[in-house]
Amino acid sequence: MHLRLYIPFHMIEVRDIHKRFGRLLVLEGVSFSINNGGVFAILGPNGSGKTTLLKIILGMVVPDQGDVLMKSKSVINHHAYRKQIAYLPQIARFPDNLTVNELIRMIGDIRNDSGREKELIARFGLDSFLNKKLGELSGGTRQKVNIVLAFMFDAEICILDEPTAGLDPLSLIKLKQLIEEEKRKGKIIIITTHIMPLVQELAQEIIFLLEGKVRFHGSIATLQKQQNEKDLEHAIASILAP
Amino acid sequence: MIKILKYSFYDLMRSRWSYVYLAFYFALGFVLLFLNSDLSKATITLMNIIVVLTPMIGTIFGIMYHYNSREFTELLLALPIKRSTIFVGQYLGISISLSLSLIIGLGIPFLIYGVWNSDAGSQLAILLLSGTFLTFIFVALSVLIGLYNTNKIKGFGYAILLWLFFAMIYDGIFMILLVVFDDYPLNQFALIASLLNPIDLSRIMILLKLEISALMGYTGALFQKFIGTNRGFIVCFAVLSIWVIAPTLWMARMVKRKDF
Repeated sequence: MHLRLYIPFHMIEVRDIHKRFGRLLVLEGVSFSINNGGVFAILGPNGSGKTTLLKIILGMVVPDQGDVLMKSKSVINHHAYRKQIAYLPQIARFPDNLTVNELIRMIGDIRNDSGREKELIARFGLDSFLNKKLGELSGGTRQKVNIVLAFMFDAEICILDEPTAGLDPLSLIKLKQLIEEEKRKGKIIIITTHIMPLVQELAQEIIFLLEGKVRFHGSIATLQKQQNEKDLEHAIASILAP
Repeated sequence: MIKILKYSFYDLMRSRWSYVYLAFYFALGFVLLFLNSDLSKATITLMNIIVVLTPMIGTIFGIMYHYNSREFTELLLALPIKRSTIFVGQYLGISISLSLSLIIGLGIPFLIYGVWNSDAGSQLAILLLSGTFLTFIFVALSVLIGLYNTNKIKGFGYAILLWLFFAMIYDGIFMILLVVFDDYPLNQFALIASLLNPIDLSRIMILLKLEISALMGYTGALFQKFIGTNRGFIVCFAVLSIWVIAPTLWMARMVKRKDF
């Protein structure tokens, strides 16, 4: 742990990102940095560019302007840095004709890494689905597979795009526990969600996107104080409709 | 790259269509040999089929696989792999599996009929070589079309149009130009025009090797006259290679700036 004290750089730094899709300007000058481990919630109304921002950090979308730095090194058009990132996409889309087992083995093979999939499979009760084809699974079960894939490798940064979609209450509790555990390991977990109680429970910092810009970046308590509201849901609502 | 290639290849090998394609060539080979019993006549019939069919199958498979594997591609994009590796790997996976269907499907009937005892062996080899070239070229072009068009229907349309253009429309325009400008020396124009169409080019390459000048047509005869059989063959081979390499490099460059 003593090493962490000497880290002189930003773990993740997003600098003045602009992104336009055709005529639609999605992000116009988004900047923030994340320096220490913890859970960071990216919030904002539908279409505010949350997923685009995450995809830019992941390198799936190329920004028109601006830079993303990881440990002070630009990652635009690089790929090796993704070894340190686990990604849980918003919509779990997998090749339909693969079985769960084959998919997990394939990802492990391509990443050249062995993971802790056994533990996670047991945890989310996926054992009986291992030899089923992904096309035959229900939405919630696919999401569980998605979670296993995202957490099976020991990456420093976890990017979770709406991880709770389609999960039953029991799995939701398990997911929260999992996120808590990862947080305690000192990882950076970036999460987008519309479920405020989840944010309140897990996140220590909020990055609020509105109209392509960072409208607020800070702790939940600061936001509540700033907006003069007692709970997060109302504080957020008061930014959107002052 | 090898891993991506491997998984794309496996994925295609699981699909029924690779086997249908293989069975088709298998049946075609046997029927042709059974009806003709003369190997070199069968090779000429095969040439006409290969030169039109392999580009079509390559185009359709290429564009279909590109759109069908969108989920797989999205999954790969979040992993620590270079983008160009993902797309070039998938492209090679499709092209190799299609070429194997062609080579195995036609190779076995010809082997059984004793291709080694005649000079048809090298003719068959050149036939399979140009079929392989055409597969690689048209898969690359259709994957490029897929990358530029997110809309499936549009992509399919353009891909079919591309095949139609090179297989038929191009020759039509070429003929019209030859007739209209009959009074001018057109040798150079004709040579260059045939280099720009991979289907014409592979037809010429096969005919040069088969040495049937009667079937060679205008450009084929020009090739033989001005460049000679052996050098003509080398030129065809080189230009076909460029036809494979250029779209592949374009693909690798293009995906760098694409959003997913």
